[in-house]
Amino acid sequence: MSYQIAIASLITVGFLVGIRLLQSPRTAVWGNRLGALSMVLAIIFALYERGLLSEQRIWLYMVAGAGVGAVLALRVRMVNMPQMVGMFNGLGGGASALVAATAAQTGELSGWFFWWTAVFALALGTVTFSGSAVAALKLQGMITGRAIVVRGHGTLVAVLMIAGAAAMAGAAVAPDQLFYPVMPATVLAFVLVGIYMTIRIGGADMPIVISFLNSLSGVAAAVCGLAVNDMLLAGVGALVGVAGLILTQLMCVGINRSLFSVLGGPDPRGKTMAATAQPQAASWIEAAADSSEVELAPEARALLESGPAAGEMVEAADVAVEEPEPKEVTDLVREASSVIIVPGYGMAVAQAQHAVRELVDLLEGKGKEVKIAVHPVAGRMPGHMNVLLAEAGLDYDKFVDMDDINPEFANTDLVIIVGACDVVNPAARTAEQTPIQGMPVLHVEEARSVIVLNLDDRPGYSGVPNPLYGYGHCTLVLGNAADTLPGLIEILKS
Amino acid sequence: MFVDIAFVVVLTIIGYRIIAAVPPLLHTPLMSGMNALSGVTVIGALLILGLAPRSVEPWAALAVIMGMTNVVGGFLVTERMLRMFRIRQRPAREQGGERT
Repeated sequence: MSYQIAIASLITVGFLVGIRLLQSPRTAVWGNRLGALSMVLAIIFALYERGLLSEQRIWLYMVAGAGVGAVLALRVRMVNMPQMVGMFNGLGGGASALVAATAAQTGELSGWFFWWTAVFALALGTVTFSGSAVAALKLQGMITGRAIVVRGHGTLVAVLMIAGAAAMAGAAVAPDQLFYPVMPATVLAFVLVGIYMTIRIGGADMPIVISFLNSLSGVAAAVCGLAVNDMLLAGVGALVGVAGLILTQLMCVGINRSLFSVLGGPDPRGKTMAATAQPQAASWIEAAADSSEVELAPEARALLESGPAAGEMVEAADVAVEEPEPKEVTDLVREASSVIIVPGYGMAVAQAQHAVRELVDLLEGKGKEVKIAVHPVAGRMPGHMNVLLAEAGLDYDKFVDMDDINPEFANTDLVIIVGACDVVNPAARTAEQTPIQGMPVLHVEEARSVIVLNLDDRPGYSGVPNPLYGYGHCTLVLGNAADTLPGLIEILKS
Repeated sequence: MFVDIAFVVVLTIIGYRIIAAVPPLLHTPLMSGMNALSGVTVIGALLILGLAPRSVEPWAALAVIMGMTNVVGGFLVTERMLRMFRIRQRPAREQGGERT
């Protein structure tokens, strides 16, 4: 027994060192490879320990799974990465559920600890499976990406969870009579919990549910490991669970909501906000202009103060919307010596990351200083913007995190926003009683001028209108960034 | 059982310290790498295959296939992503500048 503990510990150290190498982009590739190597060792050790090394049919199963995984992973386009990761995650959860469901058949496992861990692993694995499936379908666009809420949604989920818990308790307390008979009910209940839990989360809340499901699959594996008494499975599962929880927590802080509130669906305040958008936007613009918290660049403040009264500013925004003079925009870009680009989910949708890279190259070629500000929840999974821009070939040393870039906006000539709304909404800092109140945002309004390349001037996912669009130093260029950005680049080149 | 629980607790603590230090730049690869690790449940499925009667073999085999898909797909996706993270060599950048 003790040599097994030693080998399991050794393999675990391999995983830990692998994750440690992920802390730096220079070593991260090797971290991932070390993780993969440790996994190979873990699987070979498991085969050896159970005397299965020469079982050809088992190798067949493994090769089949590995082949499917390899084909999917090598074929998927980078833009579809979030749903692919979601789908893989669901498969892991489903595998844990299957292990928990069949473990009792080995005849070697029993006792209250086994039964309870087995039913928990079954439930967690099932929720992970169905929840990830729904999340992947949403990200793929096969189900609407917006939140779907049915009547009595909260009650429905609660009832399903209670029913599932009752089935679990019955199975664990009287396993001989009930474990297999109630299993279909347990599975059904938790499949539905996973579906209903995930389907009412949409849009900008997706990174949170993706990380949460990632965590759940780890916890399912860990509990599964406890059930089948395999410390390596339990330990590695725990690592995954922790990683998912850390990311979930970071994403929640990024939108200033609790996990519980996110799982409860979209913030109901968003709807009322959108309905009463116009008059409120006016008062927010006023609030933003008056607020002592907002330290505007002198030019920006002068623009604001010389501008029309707050009530008319919304109209001013409308005027700016109609025909932004392309010449004016290009002049702004030409005259700026420091530029910060802020990408958002719109960039991912428009697949404009290559155009952004072209713009960065162009600006740097003209001797301008260019940085890219990345908000923690921009996109549909943690770090989404970084991956897309890295794909386009941008150096990672240009990406600056929110906390580091925020003090720099006041000394920046120009901010170019590409498909971002909520993460640059100054109302988050000034307006009360809104879904984004207190949400940390990029302080783009402090720059001397701002160009917004968004599809439209409607509110973002939160439903909160963005008063930035009405600011005097902000120019809107509406339309698909895949068209407007290359257009801008063409004019700049000529 | 107690060894397993102790192991889980120790790894939770060590894991928290290491994982929390991964910068946001690498959060997507971190997530997809950890996602690959969640396929570790394949070793649980192998245990079942070794011990359980033939009647449950289809289920355990399915678990092995799903787990392996998760593991291999997860690591390869992460590999593809991480290869994109780079800093261009100086000369390459200057060339880029001259072109424009």
